[in-house]
Amino acid sequence: MNDSQHISSAFDRDLEAIQAMIMKMGGLVEAGLLDAAKALETNDEELAATVRQNDMEIDALEELVNEEAARVIALRAPTASDLRTVLTVIKISGNLERCGDYAKNLAKRTSVLVQMRPPQGTATSIRRMAREVELMLKDVLDAYIQRDADLAEDVRQRDHEVDQMYNALFREFLTFMMEDPRYITSCMHLHFIAKNLERVGDHVTSIADQVIYLVTGEMPDDARPKGDRTSFANPSIDKIP
Amino acid sequence: MTEIKFSARGVNVYYGATHAIKDVDVDIQDKTVTAFIGPSGCGKSTFLRCLNRMNDVIPIARVNGDIRLDGEDIYDRRVDPVQLRAKVGMVFQKPNPFPKSIYDNVAYGPKIHGLAKNKTELDQIVERSLRRGALWNEVKDRLDAPGTGLSGGQQQRLCIARAVATEPEVLLMDEPCSALDPIATAQIEELIDELKQSYSLVIVTHSMQQAARVSQKTAFFHLGHLVEYGETGHIFTNPDDPRTESYITGRIG
Repeated sequence: MNDSQHISSAFDRDLEAIQAMIMKMGGLVEAGLLDAAKALETNDEELAATVRQNDMEIDALEELVNEEAARVIALRAPTASDLRTVLTVIKISGNLERCGDYAKNLAKRTSVLVQMRPPQGTATSIRRMAREVELMLKDVLDAYIQRDADLAEDVRQRDHEVDQMYNALFREFLTFMMEDPRYITSCMHLHFIAKNLERVGDHVTSIADQVIYLVTGEMPDDARPKGDRTSFANPSIDKIP
Repeated sequence: MTEIKFSARGVNVYYGATHAIKDVDVDIQDKTVTAFIGPSGCGKSTFLRCLNRMNDVIPIARVNGDIRLDGEDIYDRRVDPVQLRAKVGMVFQKPNPFPKSIYDNVAYGPKIHGLAKNKTELDQIVERSLRRGALWNEVKDRLDAPGTGLSGGQQQRLCIARAVATEPEVLLMDEPCSALDPIATAQIEELIDELKQSYSLVIVTHSMQQAARVSQKTAFFHLGHLVEYGETGHIFTNPDDPRTESYITGRIG
């Protein structure tokens, strides 16, 4: 990685400015995920409303990042690591925008879930999962700003754990619904939340891929770790307690 | 597989006490555009001039090492530099047509090398060369007009037509577009792209965008060394040497 300054300091300022926008977006998404999960656990409808509101800012930042990236390409014709910086901010901002949408969706479902009583302990499990993906997001943003490909690889591997958490929750919700049909509505919502958090993990993994590309010039060659096997789950053959 | 046109090994050039080119090894492919890039004074023009022995005319210049064109040592005592320069043509930064008519500018080389048996053949060579120089349609009705009366871009294309008139195998271009406007530059670049069907082209340019646009191979020179030589796409997206990266991204190396 090339740390020295451009002869044109305005070029440095442009590149720093778009990367600062990415970091700001990342911070907002992190806060959104944590707050949405907290709102779910504590039945805090006001906090959920704030999360929904803040997603607008994330969307606006994504547009701004894309505009700025297009401007830098047109005016500065970036090459090599500069080009990769511009290409990766475009992709990463797209990933972060999707993550923001999932946080917003989580907050929406919270407003529905406060009206009913979901099974004991499920909100806590969701919050644990949200904290895990938020931690991955925090680390991948650190890896991005420090150009740390090793940390990015570590984040990629941790996506396995999130996938396993999701698989466990999937079975848990299935069990609750089979035991008591009155749990179906809440468990359906909770399942979507868990699935969305699992998707956030995938987006974070994709950001980690971009960090590795940015640092090394090459995409990681092994396929992205995949751990969601619930599409093969079949309640009739699953052992139901 | 593209053939190797020029093969240089252990080339060193001295201007008096100044060591301008340091141990350069490079293979230049046929039917390919090779760009030499690097900061001023890095030796790229000096090296380009070694390829048709233009440094012979500089009394204090000394060239060591081995440069072969199609396997033959171009610095061999039996090689006539004038014949060599007919095979390895050159186009310079500033368009430099002779103070003669457009026709005579192009006809001069073929005449002195005896390439035409009669006037009809010479006419054909002139027309073919001007067509290759993408200038024919603009000048066919005024071949007797002075070459110096053309616009800068047209003059440069006239110089290219003049260079191709002797049926060279290689065309060396030393910043052929730096005195031209963007439209004329685009015309020359389009011409370079067409000429690579028939020739090996080597272009020295300060415009990295131009090197990226026209060349398939890029060589980066720095302080007399050939730092990196490879596929243009690779050099401009993920160069191996940090000095190349510093230069192409506009950083202080």
